[in-house]
Amino acid sequence: MVARRLATALPGVVGVIVVTFLLNRALPGDPAAYFAGPAATPQAIEEIRGRLGLDRSLPEQFVLYLRDLTRGDLGHSLTTGQPVAADLRARLPASLELATCGLLLALTLALPLGVLAATRPGSGVDHVTRLLATMGNSLPVFFTGLVLVYVLYYLLGWAPPPLGRLEVFRQAPAAVTGSFLIDSLLARDPGLFLAAAKQLILPTMTLGLAALAPITRMTRAAMLGVLASDYVRTARANGLAPRTVLYVYALRNAMLPVVTTLGLVLSFLLGVSVVVEKIYAWPGIGAYALDSVIASDYAPVQGFVLTMAVVYVLLNLLIDLLYGVIDPRVQIES
Amino acid sequence: MKSQWWKAAILSAIALLLSTTMAMPSFSQDRSDTLLVVTEGGPNSMDIHGVGANFQVYGVTWNAYDRLLTYGKKTLPNGTVSYDFTKLEPELAQRWWLSADGMSVTFVLRKDAKFHDGTPVTAHDVKWSFDRAVTVGGFPTFQMNAGSMEKPEQFVVMGEHTFRINFLRRDKLTLPNLAVPVPVIFNSALAKRHATPTDPWAMAWLRNNTAGGGAYKVESWRPGQETVYVRNDNWKSGPLPKIRRVVVREVPSAGSRRALIERGDADIVMDLPARDFVELAKQGNLTVIGTPVENAMMYVGMNAKHAPFSDVRVRQAVAYALPRKRIVEAATFGRSAPLVTPVASNTFGYDPKMSPYTMQNLSKAKALMAESGFPNGFDTTISFNAGFAATNEPMAILLQESLRLIGINATINKIPGAVWRGALLRKDLPLIINVFSGWLNYPEYFYLWVLHGDNSASNTSSYQNPEMDKLIDAARFETDQKRYAEQVREFIKVALRDVPILPLFQPSMDVVMQKSISGYTYWFHRQIDFRSLVKN
Repeated sequence: MVARRLATALPGVVGVIVVTFLLNRALPGDPAAYFAGPAATPQAIEEIRGRLGLDRSLPEQFVLYLRDLTRGDLGHSLTTGQPVAADLRARLPASLELATCGLLLALTLALPLGVLAATRPGSGVDHVTRLLATMGNSLPVFFTGLVLVYVLYYLLGWAPPPLGRLEVFRQAPAAVTGSFLIDSLLARDPGLFLAAAKQLILPTMTLGLAALAPITRMTRAAMLGVLASDYVRTARANGLAPRTVLYVYALRNAMLPVVTTLGLVLSFLLGVSVVVEKIYAWPGIGAYALDSVIASDYAPVQGFVLTMAVVYVLLNLLIDLLYGVIDPRVQIES
Repeated sequence: MKSQWWKAAILSAIALLLSTTMAMPSFSQDRSDTLLVVTEGGPNSMDIHGVGANFQVYGVTWNAYDRLLTYGKKTLPNGTVSYDFTKLEPELAQRWWLSADGMSVTFVLRKDAKFHDGTPVTAHDVKWSFDRAVTVGGFPTFQMNAGSMEKPEQFVVMGEHTFRINFLRRDKLTLPNLAVPVPVIFNSALAKRHATPTDPWAMAWLRNNTAGGGAYKVESWRPGQETVYVRNDNWKSGPLPKIRRVVVREVPSAGSRRALIERGDADIVMDLPARDFVELAKQGNLTVIGTPVENAMMYVGMNAKHAPFSDVRVRQAVAYALPRKRIVEAATFGRSAPLVTPVASNTFGYDPKMSPYTMQNLSKAKALMAESGFPNGFDTTISFNAGFAATNEPMAILLQESLRLIGINATINKIPGAVWRGALLRKDLPLIINVFSGWLNYPEYFYLWVLHGDNSASNTSSYQNPEMDKLIDAARFETDQKRYAEQVREFIKVALRDVPILPLFQPSMDVVMQKSISGYTYWFHRQIDFRSLVKN
């Protein structure tokens, strides 16, 4: 099943390769002019255009791009001066760590809230949940991010400075997974683990709040639907304990749509993390891609979109597999 | 048994926590001779000769490499210490002299100077570095040419520690141009070890590594995140710096940068909006230093090649209609030096009395519009780089408002940063707001870039005037001070008559630092020189 799912994802990735290549070229902006500097003469710009290979025809550029891609070469970023593959390898774990933490925070809050709201519709809990979900939905992350920095760091001094993944005098742990939390544990350095966890607090809260809304809503709606279903009524009528009915019968069945939302939410989080990464000086791929777009630096933008497409494909695969775990019928049908 | 195992685990966890908190004091001790500088962006290369090296690379080069010469220092009227471009001082070269015919200069290098890896610095390294600068093309080559250094044959090794530059022509910028960030001295033996037949100048390796002998070594560089410098204790080209370690962290959000300096977590912060500097200066618990950038100008440019701004009377009308004071106030909140002449206030030749456009004069502007054949005005656009919208947008709006008073109906055209340079290159924008600054503080150097008919990308107004070109070229190589002064006055007069660019103000290079930091020096390259800083 895994192999077949992967095979169906391939055309999508190929499409992404073609479309990003074309879109990038269709964008206005002249990278040669950008990199030649403000005082460049026309021949300096032509020289750079040649060096970047931009004087070749579009099909030629595309073939060269494909050839490099098969070698795992995503080109060179002119904004950081590094190979794009190396940049992404260094930065993707930072983004994934942050997005995962944000998602976990959202989940631990949203699932109980959603269940509570569904079991007591119209109650105080339900209203609080609705308020939280509305806030998470309507407050843009750049706003919540800045407010959190202002209140928790600037005014109260509770949170550590928004200086990225580690404070200035800490050395990053030896890279194994790229996640500082996991790597510091592997290095048996609890001090470093705490330091990395502290830096994660504010950005995680910002992302968590943004992710809260869709998960709470979906949990509440799914639970309401399930609780009104025949089999729950039957279970209740048969005198099963309310707890068993709620957790074994209702929640398990309500999880399917929630898991579907999770996939969407995680990719949404990777998207909004662009802003969050900027605010907290987080060295992730979102901020990287944004800087590259501004500099009309093609290679990193293409590399970013491609990486995101692959991450998205893998994420969907994971969710499909999760379906099978939650509801074995899915496996049989496919 | 089980409970004892748990006890041991808890105890060891407490011990570990304690040991990490015990380790804290050593971190805070580190802070007294470590500097945390927070900036918006960082270097994209370690090599100033590389393609696309951004202006933060100037700072890397400045601190990690030596040049033959450097500039002296002076104190500005506001108390800021600034470099002094009129005084050349030794850095790697101990002494130097011009030949009798004035057609070459000989340098004697320090004998005790060593690169970071311990290799002694020789004249061969100097030659290799200069050959590289004039050969690789692009920005370093153009910068060397500005001082009439054009071919490797000009650079001669006279002995292990003696080096000569043969002049192609007498150019007063040759010597000053040796003290800018481009002609840095590379460790040629180290660089050559990383050169390949297709990359003889080790461009690939030096992009990610330094091979210098400057006051600081780059200890680590993570592009887009931070650059860490550590002092080179064997530095001989100047007094040993006080700061042992410098961490430059990139924090893209201006709000976060401001919070960091106010909370005392950062020592120095650069790149804040003008309004933040004004507010921080008012609070008084931090040191805010603003220095008008030398030889720099924010201006309104008018396209001298395309109608209707090709008519000089239209350009003059705009100049008379400009509400100068309000524009400067709205854009910079007073943190700038207003300019009425197309010469910066601390540049030779500055004379505000020369300008007829000091005050808004609408009747004169309207009369000129009528004369030019546009009594009812016309439609046009005002373009600016949206990347600097905080400064540019209020200026554009006020300009738009004042143009309406003389019948010109302008729409505002925000151009994203990446597209801006390309748009300027096409040279078809009628009216723009732009800024330019030249490293070397000579008026003719600025004019060469911005108003010379050789039409470089920075001549954004497509201004072509043989009379102007002759004056600029003459001033570049003039040795007679009196005649030079006349030529400068003359080309300023032409620029005021033809107004292809309308000066607005000289931007300010602002930094904010903790009160415990002293020794800040303003440099033309607008990067922090760590060597002079002191932290108490």
